[in-house]
Amino acid sequence: MKSTIILLFGVCILFCSCHEEKKQEEQSHTIKMEKENQPISELSIYNLPSVWTTQNNKEIELKELKGNVLVMVMIYTSCKAACPRLVADMRSIASQIPEAKKNNVKLILVSIDPETDTPQRLKKFSIENDMKSDQWVFLRGSKEDTREFAAVLAVNYKKISPMDFSHSNIISVFDQKGELAHQQEGLGVNNKETVSKIIELAH
Amino acid sequence: MNSLLKTVTISIIFSILITSVLAQTQGMVTVKGGVYIPLYGVDSTAVKINSFLMDVHPVSNTDFSIFIQKYPEWKRNTVKRLFADKNYLMLWETDNTLGDQLHPNAPITNVSWFAAKKYCECLGKRLPTVDEWEYAAMADEHITDARKKETYNQYILEWYEAPKSFNNTIGSTFKNYWGIYDLHGLVWEWTMDFNSVLISGESRKDVDKDSNLFCGSAAVGASDLMNYAAFMRYAFRGSVKANYAIRNLGFRCVKDIDIVP
Repeated sequence: MKSTIILLFGVCILFCSCHEEKKQEEQSHTIKMEKENQPISELSIYNLPSVWTTQNNKEIELKELKGNVLVMVMIYTSCKAACPRLVADMRSIASQIPEAKKNNVKLILVSIDPETDTPQRLKKFSIENDMKSDQWVFLRGSKEDTREFAAVLAVNYKKISPMDFSHSNIISVFDQKGELAHQQEGLGVNNKETVSKIIELAH
Repeated sequence: MNSLLKTVTISIIFSILITSVLAQTQGMVTVKGGVYIPLYGVDSTAVKINSFLMDVHPVSNTDFSIFIQKYPEWKRNTVKRLFADKNYLMLWETDNTLGDQLHPNAPITNVSWFAAKKYCECLGKRLPTVDEWEYAAMADEHITDARKKETYNQYILEWYEAPKSFNNTIGSTFKNYWGIYDLHGLVWEWTMDFNSVLISGESRKDVDKDSNLFCGSAAVGASDLMNYAAFMRYAFRGSVKANYAIRNLGFRCVKDIDIVP
């Protein structure tokens, strides 16, 4: 009889698993929704449920960044060609944000190589590149979540060898609600427009 | 008597157990792994594909109706704009029903990548990678790699020119070597990493190989300049965004084969 019960239980797990998952998802979702005062808008990246790890080995959900203007770029730390220039672009943008508005702007670098870019490695990279203040956030997530996030940013990337990736060089600006406000494409392009958009949004 | 009852109960439960396991892989066939050179590969060299299970047919309108009843957040009126543009399920008569215009057995189209991905995940499956899809789709009725066959390429290109094939029902084209239908001839299909196609820096532009837009762009040359049909597929993938819902773009799911230790 005991075995029958175990079997029944097994059957239930098989049948209900996806449903259960959904219920749990819904529950945790409602709890989190209650925490937020404002509903998340339709086009907001805060609709993405993914969990990320920062350079300080802290787990965060994107929506914890809500209320900030976000400047985002996707890179990988072992990159030798374009990424140093993208990183330089990010630093150049950061340096043009007035001191008074700095607290409302987060500069975010998302790794497209989560296997190699451990939190320790990201931390080291942040120190080497003088991106130590709280304003800089490095994120790494699962391969799937990274692919999904890139899909949202319209960033394309592909692993082209064990060490290297091809990727689009795009810097994206998101407003306080998490909606895409501006994108700058290419390397070493004039970032005047990007900077003025950030200043306009941050208040 | 009691023991007989017990045996019967156990055997019934066992059969339910087995069928429910089968149900998850029902309608799927094994694509045996191997090595092949994709149009755009890692330094244009061979890519290794592990064996995987693939849906025999693309997901149908009926399949998708069942999904949205279970997951109402993917209905036309409730889906978030971030995840699907306004063309999502556009031709459905209502938010819940297909209506007369759409055949229940036609492939689902006007679905975004996010919706396709979620559908597969809820069945314990996933979307195929570009490499997996191309690998399965290079087979014709008889051989695993028919890319060099002129008639095969001709067939695919003729379909690309044929209008409104998305109205046809699933299973209406040929069955390929693996036992899979409709990879060519019905609708185009979403892939997990469609955004790994680097034809331009930003996915909606069509500038080729600009080293300012890409890191490592010298490596994204094509391996087979004759494969025009594949070019079109890669170009299409490179031109769409994940929330696009397009009339001739559907999907099917795949599953990893669990390796018994």
